[in-house]
Amino acid sequence: MFKVKVLIKRRKTILDPQGKAVEIGAKHLGLKNIKNTRIDKYIEFNVDTNNKKAAEDEVNDYCKKLLANPIMEDYEFTLEEIK
Amino acid sequence: MKSPKFGVVVFPGSNCDHDTYYVLKKIFDLDVIFLWHKQSSLENCDVIILPGGFSYGDYLRTGSIARFSPIMNEVISFANKGGYVLGICNGFQILLEAGLLPGVMLRNESLNFVCKDIYLKIENKETVFTKGINGKSALKVPIAHGEGNYFTDENTLKELEDNNQIVFKYCEQDGSITSSANPNGSIRNIAGIINKAGNVLGMMPHPERSSDSVLGKTDGSLIFKSLVNNIFN
Repeated sequence: MFKVKVLIKRRKTILDPQGKAVEIGAKHLGLKNIKNTRIDKYIEFNVDTNNKKAAEDEVNDYCKKLLANPIMEDYEFTLEEIK
Repeated sequence: MKSPKFGVVVFPGSNCDHDTYYVLKKIFDLDVIFLWHKQSSLENCDVIILPGGFSYGDYLRTGSIARFSPIMNEVISFANKGGYVLGICNGFQILLEAGLLPGVMLRNESLNFVCKDIYLKIENKETVFTKGINGKSALKVPIAHGEGNYFTDENTLKELEDNNQIVFKYCEQDGSITSSANPNGSIRNIAGIINKAGNVLGMMPHPERSSDSVLGKTDGSLIFKSLVNNIFN
């Protein structure tokens, strides 16, 4: 079994209205040096197989077809073997 | 004249399915049925409508999970064979996720859920959905969404423009396209686009909410009327 941690990031060229709005909050807080706030997605799940290659293939499939939208997002992930 | 049979797909979380059904059945007196998202048959419908709502709670990305509902395989192959599909609001978002229309929806620029009447300019009057809508500089139709900020890259945008695929733009009451008439930050004020073949339309505004005179506005009915009049011609 593998524990998977996926990070899905919106492409830099695509506006992130949430990040922009949160950064306005930072200004209101008096934090003067905060720049380029981006809000991304972090997803965890397990893959129930002992075959690392099969696990990676399934994670890639999951990311490409459902978790991330390749038009606007990129993803990266790590696998960690667990018992 | 033969009338088309309509199918309104019901996803878990759809909430404009009954409004759409009501308009087609009671205002237009048409043959219309509900299609549950787990069905694998479109029951010989001539037009499929993906209604508004919050399918699957809008989790992950709007429309991203509904896109994998069993009925969507049928909807995609129906659309690819030239069948007519109309996606309204969340239905539009599902069409984008399914790849039947290009682009993505981002959160509204204001981050607010915007629910109000807006004006729509018809940019392409040659589609089955808009042909014959004359004498109006703009249609008054309501919107109600948090993610209607249409976005696509420059190449796709150019393609949409070159192929006349932008069907509706947000505008002022007199039809002029201004940034103040843009309720969500959508690129080029885009409110609705059609595929190259001209049979799949996605739009954020809700024509079904402006089709019954009891509600004080009926411009939305012109879109359904156009569809009924032109589909078999």
